[in-house]
Amino acid sequence: MENKKEPGMTLIVKTITRLTVGLILLYGIYIVLHGHLTPGGGFAGGVIIALSFVHLMLAFGRETALKKLSQTKASILESLGALMFLSVALLGFLGGFFFFNFFAQKGTPFDLFSAGIIPLCNIAICLKVGAGLFAIFVALILFKNLKKKE
Amino acid sequence: MELYLLLLFMILAAIVAVEINDLLSSVIAVGAVGLGLCLTFLILKAPDLAITQLVVEILSLIILIRATIKKDLPLVRDGRWLFNTLSTLLFIGFFLIFAWFALKELPEFGRPIMRISKEYIEKGLQKTGATNLVSAIILDFRGYDTLGEATVLFTAVMGVLAVIRMIGRINGK
Repeated sequence: MENKKEPGMTLIVKTITRLTVGLILLYGIYIVLHGHLTPGGGFAGGVIIALSFVHLMLAFGRETALKKLSQTKASILESLGALMFLSVALLGFLGGFFFFNFFAQKGTPFDLFSAGIIPLCNIAICLKVGAGLFAIFVALILFKNLKKKE
Repeated sequence: MELYLLLLFMILAAIVAVEINDLLSSVIAVGAVGLGLCLTFLILKAPDLAITQLVVEILSLIILIRATIKKDLPLVRDGRWLFNTLSTLLFIGFFLIFAWFALKELPEFGRPIMRISKEYIEKGLQKTGATNLVSAIILDFRGYDTLGEATVLFTAVMGVLAVIRMIGRINGK
């Protein structure tokens, strides 16, 4: 079983990662979507989602993770998150001022679809933070490899 | 009581992180400080902050170990340690004296609740419909602040990508 060409860590780590990485991603999405009900929110959930991709990259090597989410895509997602947050804020002018909570009915408390613009803002911040931190991680790793080739 | 034990542990870990010679051990000691801070937030009943601190600490540890630990960082350990130690102690003393005078004047922690935050606590649920009050404050009442933070993070990511990609292209030629 000597296979030095295969990137990443050993078989044990890869098997465990295959089982856990989906759970970590799901937990991040749960934290983001329930940000207005339970502790957590866009920032923490976004970092957990970024950590699931980092986990994939540490275990399986660079190529597998970049196939799922390349650096260009991460940059685009990050800008998309920023634009979404800003446009939600600008849509508040429908009701009169910046960041106005423009939904007429706030919904019942402890419901998933409640609290007006707050879940939308959480999703935007999650996109921004998760994609941004993953892009920084990828950039640092790629830079290190480029320097080694020199 | 647990709070003081945790604070003592964090101070000891910080001293270890500064003084130890091995870079990897230093990074691990910094991680110990961060996880102690996470437990402190839990004891002070701030679960939002505790979750964020935990995940950011893990991500920054991974980035430190994986991406920067292999670089050769020169350690500056020249003489004049007597002067350095004495000036450090002097400034710590100054800081403690002024902090004593300043902290004596402060009102007790969390009491009285200020006028604006009282309104947030009383009417937050009925005005925004969000049961997590922290979320309601940072995304609705204080949306401007969150927009500023998002801008800071955006600028930081763009800066890192721009600087690193420039060097990568020159090397690639």
